[in-house]
Amino acid sequence: MNRIEGRVKVTGLATYAAEYPVEGVTYACPVQSRIAKGRIKRIDGRDALAMPGVLAVLSSEDPPRLAREAAGELALFQSRDVAYRGQFVAAAVADTYENARAAADAIVVEYEQDLHDVTLRADHPNLYQPETVNPGFPCDTVKGDVESGLDAAETSIDVIYTTPVLHNNPMEPHAALAVWDAEGRLLVYDTAQGTSSSRDLIAKTLGLPREQVRVVSRHVGGGFGSKGTTRPQAVLAALAARDVGRPVKIVLTRQQMYDVTGYRTPTIQRLRLGADAQGRLTAVEHVAYEQSSTLVEFAEQTATPARVMYATPALRTAHRLVRLDVATPSWMRAPGECPGMYALESAMDELAYAAGLDPIELRVINEPETEPDSGLPFSSRSLVACLREGARRFGWDRRDPGPALRRDGEWMIGTGVASSTYPALRQPSRARVTMREGDFLVQLAAADIGTGARTALTGIAAEALGVAPERVHVELGDSDLPDAPLAGGSMGTASWGTAIVRACEALKVNGTEGRADTTEEIKRDAELARHAFGAQFAEVRVNSVTGEVRLSRLLGVFAAGHIVNPKLARSQFIGGMTMGMGMALMEETFTDEEFGGFLRRDLAQYHVPACADVPDIEAVWLDEQDAGLNPMGSKGIGEIGIVGTAAAIGNAVYHATGHRVRDLPITPAKVLNLMF
Amino acid sequence: MDITLQVNGVSRAVDVDPRMSLLDLLRERLALIGAKKGCDHGQCGACTVLIDGRRANSCLALAVAVDGSEITTVEGLGHEDDLHPLQAAFIEHDAFQCGYCTPGQLCSAAGMLGEPGPSAVTDDMLADPGLTPEEIRERMSGNLCRCGAYVNIVSAIAEVAP
Repeated sequence: MNRIEGRVKVTGLATYAAEYPVEGVTYACPVQSRIAKGRIKRIDGRDALAMPGVLAVLSSEDPPRLAREAAGELALFQSRDVAYRGQFVAAAVADTYENARAAADAIVVEYEQDLHDVTLRADHPNLYQPETVNPGFPCDTVKGDVESGLDAAETSIDVIYTTPVLHNNPMEPHAALAVWDAEGRLLVYDTAQGTSSSRDLIAKTLGLPREQVRVVSRHVGGGFGSKGTTRPQAVLAALAARDVGRPVKIVLTRQQMYDVTGYRTPTIQRLRLGADAQGRLTAVEHVAYEQSSTLVEFAEQTATPARVMYATPALRTAHRLVRLDVATPSWMRAPGECPGMYALESAMDELAYAAGLDPIELRVINEPETEPDSGLPFSSRSLVACLREGARRFGWDRRDPGPALRRDGEWMIGTGVASSTYPALRQPSRARVTMREGDFLVQLAAADIGTGARTALTGIAAEALGVAPERVHVELGDSDLPDAPLAGGSMGTASWGTAIVRACEALKVNGTEGRADTTEEIKRDAELARHAFGAQFAEVRVNSVTGEVRLSRLLGVFAAGHIVNPKLARSQFIGGMTMGMGMALMEETFTDEEFGGFLRRDLAQYHVPACADVPDIEAVWLDEQDAGLNPMGSKGIGEIGIVGTAAAIGNAVYHATGHRVRDLPITPAKVLNLMF
Repeated sequence: MDITLQVNGVSRAVDVDPRMSLLDLLRERLALIGAKKGCDHGQCGACTVLIDGRRANSCLALAVAVDGSEITTVEGLGHEDDLHPLQAAFIEHDAFQCGYCTPGQLCSAAGMLGEPGPSAVTDDMLADPGLTPEEIRERMSGNLCRCGAYVNIVSAIAEVAP
């Protein structure tokens, strides 16, 4: 089944947040802090206000009225303190975008500057142990004794991996268009991965009852986590529109997105692994060092995959966080699993070489019977089958295991493998299904951020009702529809699909309408370890003169329960793998240690994969029956594609060159440094 | 300043701010939201349109500088009930996810199909390279897609390429 919104997307008719025709719309442009830490002494908007078309200047000189509950990045202009370079400190509103931009440039901000600290270090004196890590996992876990496990090991490794600041960079910039009606009800067209949660947060921030706020996000131009949290532009648009008495539109610039829409924290990860003579793990220790801002504690769950992956008598995982004068990190595709599995799966490769074992065999030997940390049974786990199927498809049996042996002219060739995993969870959701002129209208406040949710949910409803998909119409992306969780954590289809199936069942009983709320159903779920698994295989060519790494083959084999829509699923897997390739080879935002804030704040300097970088990536899956998940038997697929990709590519670079780059991205400079 | 453009075959006379880009003119004044703003700096290609038949980043063109030009946006390539072959192929090959880069990819592909000559990956500068997948990847690299739909974009364009 093709994407239902395909026609409107290819003809330019799909309306994204900033694209709704609204009478009398005005434009707001934010002003960003030029220091990383300190206080605002004075903001002078007089020159700006005198410019043509300018309607208002908003700043902490005259703080706009917000609820006492307004917090963190959304408490706009409430404080004179500056928490990071790039924070919004003021905004200009004008009749046209050109006038607003010019006025924002004319706002004068004077600061009293303090010394800032923007550098993550594993020995930072202010590192601490947060109570939990995102989204509520224990910060540290210990089982058995790692030190004696390492002492008893025949082979052990102790390595440090680092990953840089990474930015989500969805193609559609974060935007909001706010309209107040005569009754004081607020409508925000927002770039939101979830309209229910966005509505709740906007209402709370503005001190409005939630019935008085409506958020609409019919089409969202990608998010990858960065639109899962309500961003300042939504609140700023609402404040500005209230102030000038006209609708206000804000579209963040690509550069502004780097500062106020979240990013993946840089990580420093220490891995200590030990194995006995047969390759059985005797100890696994994974410690992650990460940063957050002084405004918000966001602690990425980087070391949690080690709690899931391999059998070991001694397992310790830990996270340490330091609050710096930096922007607030947040979700980016597979937070936790993505950077954590890069380090764990690279370390497993190192251990395989150290122990003289094939990297697939090392993983198979350490396949656990139950979830290593919790001891819970898996609802299903097909990691070994994915590794075996991938090996067969990739031609792994013909692989010469030795590093730095294969050449084609000046190119060195290598292959690598890594496992991937991602939790298969679901959240409570509501849904409503109504008979309408012989067809079925399915309504819920789900979001389609490019995942194909509309299409997948149409298929689920059609199957539950026993009717052709053409008779099902899914309406989503509007907080006035039944409450639904956001598109995140690979939980969307599982959460929304469950509610739709239950609503369809209710309709079959009732005849004309069915409603569902899955809160109670999900509370009754048996305690099981629910995860999708996969295996990534990469082949690279590394230039011995320039250090350039070219990805020549990439294969992902996944086991993610029942695949709801094969066509869209393949696109999701390939898309995740493409982003993982960017993480491996090119993506990196620099922190400006002298002035604070970020460098490389655009797409000319922050390199995401372009068409010529990407070979014919292949993604396949194993049919997995799992009755312990949800009515569809499905596991989420939006994130697992990125997990493991960077490790597979890094492992292939080692196999090609005999050198291990442990600091992403694997740039030509780093490769050359190791080779010469 | 008063300018006149042919947009998707229709003559449009508009009074524009000299600071206004062609992209903002299309989106904010002419209600043609197909051309997308992804970076506003000519780095992502989401705003690609055809200016006098050649593909160009509309964010890098000032509206006043294209006075008298013929502009084709994605809305002018085809219609919902009468798709351009590229539009139909993009749907069939699932060559997009979020759809935000898609209008730019489509306009870029439409322009690219008519561009003669070798590219950076062409071995024989004198022979017609033909639009192999490698040539398509090279020639479409000015249009970023963060969802990672390149594999399907290349197969969709290859189906339409002569």
